[in-house]
Amino acid sequence: MKKPYYLFNPGRLSRKDNTLKFTPVDEAGNEGQPRHLPIESVEELYVFGALDVNSAVLNFLGQESICVHFFNYYEHYTGSFMPRDYLLAGKVQIAQTRAYTEAKRRMPIARSLLDGAAANMLRVLRYYGYRERDLGLPIAAIEDLRQRLPDAKTSSELMGIEGNIRQNYYQAFDEIILDYDMGGRSKRPPKNEVNAMISYGNMLCYTQCLKQIYHTQLNPTISFLHEPGYRRYSLALDLAEIFKPVLVDRLVFSLLNKKIIQANDFRWELNKCLLKESGARNFAKYWDERMNETIQHRSLNKKVSYKHLIRLECYKLTKHVLNDGEYKPFKMWW
Amino acid sequence: MQVTATIIAYFHTCLRKMYLHHHGIRMEHTSDVVYEGKLIGESTYEDRAAKNTQLELDGIKIDYYDAKTKTVHETKKSDKMEHAHEAQVLYYLYVLQRNGIEGASGIIEYPTLRQRKHIDFDPERDVPIIEGWLQEIEQILEQEQCPPVINKSICKSCSYYDYCYVAEEIEN
Ligand code: SF4
Repeated sequence: MKKPYYLFNPGRLSRKDNTLKFTPVDEAGNEGQPRHLPIESVEELYVFGALDVNSAVLNFLGQESICVHFFNYYEHYTGSFMPRDYLLAGKVQIAQTRAYTEAKRRMPIARSLLDGAAANMLRVLRYYGYRERDLGLPIAAIEDLRQRLPDAKTSSELMGIEGNIRQNYYQAFDEIILDYDMGGRSKRPPKNEVNAMISYGNMLCYTQCLKQIYHTQLNPTISFLHEPGYRRYSLALDLAEIFKPVLVDRLVFSLLNKKIIQANDFRWELNKCLLKESGARNFAKYWDERMNETIQHRSLNKKVSYKHLIRLECYKLTKHVLNDGEYKPFKMWW
Repeated sequence: MQVTATIIAYFHTCLRKMYLHHHGIRMEHTSDVVYEGKLIGESTYEDRAAKNTQLELDGIKIDYYDAKTKTVHETKKSDKMEHAHEAQVLYYLYVLQRNGIEGASGIIEYPTLRQRKHIDFDPERDVPIIEGWLQEIEQILEQEQCPPVINKSICKSCSYYDYCYVAEEIEN
């Protein structure tokens, strides 16, 4: 089975026949024991340390349709190496563009995406609300805001509601997470442990969405909820909205509350809090497990993995833009 | 419009699949069957490669064509003989005849079944049938709307299954 590889150490990546060879190189320039990654086992690469690559290795990755995501020293996503689109379909491309340019077609999709995101946030809160935490207020506030989605006329109005929903949602985190305070969402930079975890998890979610889009005919730069161009691959942001509560937030709660990630997994710098390599590795490990976990899909009558749920979302969007079925967002049903 | 052998085969299995495939909505990369198919094509009849030649004509690709006996060989990895396979080979013979090669015939090999099937081409009978297909195909592919899901048992093993059947049933 293919799996993602996370390269935390600095080093050099080269091609050796049909494998990728990763040679760690320390600060003094000493080479460590190389690791060979058989190409057929590589789903994608996450690069956190300094990496030397040459065009031979990039051509090889391109030919195998493997994406590489780069992060800086602050675990901040800096960009991706996306191989040439290999599934281009003119008809989908045109239909997707039309669905974006015509406001009366764009708005329903944007609204559905946000409605899906809100439903999933509520699901997460209700789950924890049952566990004797008082989450009645944020739940009521989000429900109220969700009612206003149909009235939003423009995407900036929608994004305004989105901001309010998120604010209420994040307020509930301090009830759910036992030993840490979040005190609201701080992104750049993350100000405490919880924010560091969420930023990191959101990036993993974004790149996963990007990868799933890449393996379909959708164009990742044409989005409906976020303005295209806000970030290069704004459709990945659209999809991530739906999946972040289900995939990232629940994982953050459990990693912190079960003390799988602890105080010594974080590092502090001036005004920011970041995961140490130990924490980032551990998070990635549990993230991968979660991605491969399966649930019984209701319409497909079979088990599908969490990451496949994202692919399925892409299929539904494709069908929607082709007028081959109305898009209904994924809403957690368990 | 150039009609490929895949289009002919899908025309006989599912019009929706034919339409999606033609318009570039491809799922083959998600399924391992394609790789297995390739492997069988590459290895099982290797010894024959010297005597036979690959043939490309009007957008079709015939894997093994024996020019001496005028025989088209087509290998199918599936464990079922299907009407669509026959249609595909019949179409090859039609294209050959359209290009001046008269009197060719075909053999479909099923290595997993250890079976083969002979296909004869009778221009008087087959040309009008195939031209009827081509007309219908063109008309469907030009439609704005994708043909609907067919709800048949073959859907279960179709690479488009997830695409066709994904839906959110219950409203929260
Ligand atoms: S799943 Fe069924 S309806 Fe869909 S393309 Fe395949 S055969 Fe046709």
